[in-house]
Amino acid sequence: MNLNPSDITPAMRSTLAHEQINGAKPKIQVENLNFFYGDNQALHGIDMAIPEKRVTAMIGPSGCGKSTLLRVLNRMYDLYPGQRAQGRVLLDGEDILAKGVRATTVRTRVGMVFQKPTPFPMSIWDNIAYGIKLHENLSKADLEARIEWCLTKAAIWTEVKDRLNRSAIGLSGGQQQRLCIARTIAVKPEVVLLDEPTSALDPISTARIEELIDELKSEFTIVIVTHNMQQAARCSDVTGFFLLGKLIEFEATNDIFLSPKQQKTQDYITGRFG
Amino acid sequence: MTADTLIDRPGTGTGRLKDGKGGTADIIFRFALTMAATLVLLVIAAIMLLLLRGGLPALMKFGPEFFITTDWDPNNEIFSAGVMLYGTIATAIIAILVAVPASLGISFFLTEVAPQVIRRPVGIAIQLLAAVPSIIFGMWGFYVVAPIMRDLVQPALISGLHWLPVVGYLFAGPAKGTGILTTGLILALMILPFMTALFVEVLESVPGVIKEASYGIGSTTFEVFTTVSVPYGRTAIIGAAMLGLGRALGETMAVTFVIGNANRISASLMASGASISSVIANQFNESAPGSLLQSSLLLLGFTLFVISFIVLALARYLVRNRLKG
Repeated sequence: MNLNPSDITPAMRSTLAHEQINGAKPKIQVENLNFFYGDNQALHGIDMAIPEKRVTAMIGPSGCGKSTLLRVLNRMYDLYPGQRAQGRVLLDGEDILAKGVRATTVRTRVGMVFQKPTPFPMSIWDNIAYGIKLHENLSKADLEARIEWCLTKAAIWTEVKDRLNRSAIGLSGGQQQRLCIARTIAVKPEVVLLDEPTSALDPISTARIEELIDELKSEFTIVIVTHNMQQAARCSDVTGFFLLGKLIEFEATNDIFLSPKQQKTQDYITGRFG
Repeated sequence: MTADTLIDRPGTGTGRLKDGKGGTADIIFRFALTMAATLVLLVIAAIMLLLLRGGLPALMKFGPEFFITTDWDPNNEIFSAGVMLYGTIATAIIAILVAVPASLGISFFLTEVAPQVIRRPVGIAIQLLAAVPSIIFGMWGFYVVAPIMRDLVQPALISGLHWLPVVGYLFAGPAKGTGILTTGLILALMILPFMTALFVEVLESVPGVIKEASYGIGSTTFEVFTTVSVPYGRTAIIGAAMLGLGRALGETMAVTFVIGNANRISASLMASGASISSVIANQFNESAPGSLLQSSLLLLGFTLFVISFIVLALARYLVRNRLKG
């Protein structure tokens, strides 16, 4: 097949970009997505393919729409009247924006970790068990095994194993955030969305979370929104640069940071604005 | 005063620290405020003292048994508070059992579920309920609710539940319409707007991120409500419920209309009874000054005052603690 470069649509280009990244197939395919806060359009015609079991970073200045996109990927925007999305978001080929799709099911498959740690006001054990019990009916032994598994995965097991019955509020910020990651992966999602997960944490906790992200990608597809460009460069495989609600460039992370094709990307990563 | 004088003033060097305009006015203002606040405390103390003094003869005559026996015989001048204490507490508890789930549901609907367009009208309608005078509730209860209870609700309850062990006793006897159960339901309606308003405040104080986090692991709205919102605001919710209880305990007019005004304690919730406030409302006019009847009524009033005071103080403490923390 002989493709004329001008025939290649943005969607095709982003798919092609990811075929090149170790042949990962797209886990989430965003097609011509527009998003509105009331009359205010926050996302304009986004096309991107998020590769499976890779870390996808989204960078850009405040208000560029990267967090908005994240909140579309698990239908979190549903909770607020007046917010609506147009277009298609395919999770393994199935449109999560389609009529009749249950948001709770989407959120079980696409988990989310927030900017600020959000432990529930209960014990560490209950924080994890809560989500599991919503979806599965495990025996006590299986539940214990699952809780140990996800706390170990989230690199916090050794720190909390002796005080599982104590309130999660007493943990440090970094521990709380790792607990929240454990809680998110406890329900075995396929995709984990991280919305600036380290912006409220100190550098040491940040480093631990970044290591954790690197480990998690063997099992989960990870999408991380970050203000910190070094963080995107350190821990992601693919990076999308957003500006004013548009996806300016979406390439392998090395290409974005070493040889950006767009002048705007170049300006942003070299600190000329944003 | 022009800008010049403002600027000049610090430099003139003539103003002494204790001089200056506004000192006297401020002192008077503070005094007035202090008096207004003190007056409230004085009035409460005075009410309490007068009730206690008026009730003292009855207390001396009947002793502590006043609160546990159930005789109320004006002809032979034998009085006691058992029936009214039971009636007051039983109706208030029914009211709370009905009103707490209902107001929790309404408040969660208003804060989380209802579309924006509906929130305001429903919120206002519920607040208007609070503006209905209690005597209107009483007449409505007597002429509308009681016949419905007598003809439809109570027969169904009695035939459906009377055979149950233990619980069955609560639903035995003839359907009369008025009585403890009907009074409890009317009271529930009366305290509902107030409690809804408090619950809305509590639920709005639950941080959005916590709710989102719960939705984020795939919770349904119901699961967020039961496992996040309610536990998070638990103390304040209990406090708000007790504020409602305090109101239900003291309500007079509506209760007097529908409680049936009979001086007895029956196991059945369908039976008539009396509450502290309904007995006072019914009999205070007939009591001669200085009589043992009047003294007993004042002692009843004092008892109600103390109960309400404890409940409200506890409730305030719980609500304040939680909303602050």
